[in-house]
Amino acid sequence: MNATVNPPDVFTQDELGWVSWIEPLPEAELTERHYAGLVDRARAKSEYFRLLVRDPEVLEARTKTDKDIFYNVADGLPRAERELAAAATSRYNGCIYCASVHARFASTYSKRRDDVQKLLDEGVKADLGERWNAVVKASVALASTPIAFGPDNIRELRSAGLDDAEIVDVINGASFFNWANRLMLSLGEPSK
Amino acid sequence: MSTPDIIDTLAGIKPGSALDAIRAKRLQARENAQKSYLSLFEPIDAGEFSLLERAAVAAFVTGLHGESPVASFYRDKLAAAAGGAALVRTIDAEIARGKTSGPYGSFPAGPLSVENTAGLIYRVDADSKSALGPRLVAALEHAHLLVFRPRDAAAADMKALQAAGWSTTGIVTFSQLVAFLSFQLRVVSGLRTLAAVNA
Repeated sequence: MNATVNPPDVFTQDELGWVSWIEPLPEAELTERHYAGLVDRARAKSEYFRLLVRDPEVLEARTKTDKDIFYNVADGLPRAERELAAAATSRYNGCIYCASVHARFASTYSKRRDDVQKLLDEGVKADLGERWNAVVKASVALASTPIAFGPDNIRELRSAGLDDAEIVDVINGASFFNWANRLMLSLGEPSK
Repeated sequence: MSTPDIIDTLAGIKPGSALDAIRAKRLQARENAQKSYLSLFEPIDAGEFSLLERAAVAAFVTGLHGESPVASFYRDKLAAAAGGAALVRTIDAEIARGKTSGPYGSFPAGPLSVENTAGLIYRVDADSKSALGPRLVAALEHAHLLVFRPRDAAAADMKALQAAGWSTTGIVTFSQLVAFLSFQLRVVSGLRTLAAVNA
């Protein structure tokens, strides 16, 4: 659709753009109902959010679900490992854009950039140590259809040191990216 | 009275249980997963994507994931929708034809091509088309792509939906519905698994 699109052909931690295949709402047409859906007014600058804001109620609820699952770190799983679940899910489903964003966050919060890059380069079977392996494996099992998540995943997460509240954070984070990946992959494409 | 929390209902989480307390720590996520469900299935405006279409797509998508309390819930929802009972058999037949294992599909040509995995390119059965109508035929085919091979999605898939009568806003809500169900199914499955291990 757009001659300037330059799609990446590898998973990367670089910043990527995203170009919609169908028409986002023009910024000039946004009403207060739309701004409520965007949650953060600055998101009006994003083509992706101006597309999703065509259904503002769904976008608002989606955005608030997302923010609490990832940013509410008063307790539970460290942010780095929530981002790891998001990056692993995106790697497995094949969302290069989502993986780039959440691999960067995982690197920032964990200070383990090389391990994160290993996940991107080698895929979800990369050996990242017991705790990260358990998080990645659980994320992959959840992303599979039919869903393959089972008692063994819970046992592995526990033996890696996660308690039930942290396991629920893995379930929420990985599950949420099965939502996000499908939107990002199907409504447009990444561009370098 | 407000609608009971749908994830708690489908996952069998009882008030006062350990998982109820854990979910309460992510109250905004819990409440907004519920609002997502309500805004998709009890929308302010269903003009671009009818309630019957929503129920049919939901029954199809959740059924493709295999038998579960979630699939039963949406199958019942379709049966209860105006005009839905007549579609249940057709949707069941299409679920049976569309069942496979994912994710599969192709990456952009390049180093990742070695990871390309072939799989079913689902098309609605010719005998089901008259019962479903062109909008739902296109929707089920696209929903199957979203469920099993989202990385295959291309601009041409948007054109196929538009050619079948889907508006841009309708495509956004439809995509959200399939993507949301992908989330809801997994949260419910994960929480049920955790509850079963602890039982």
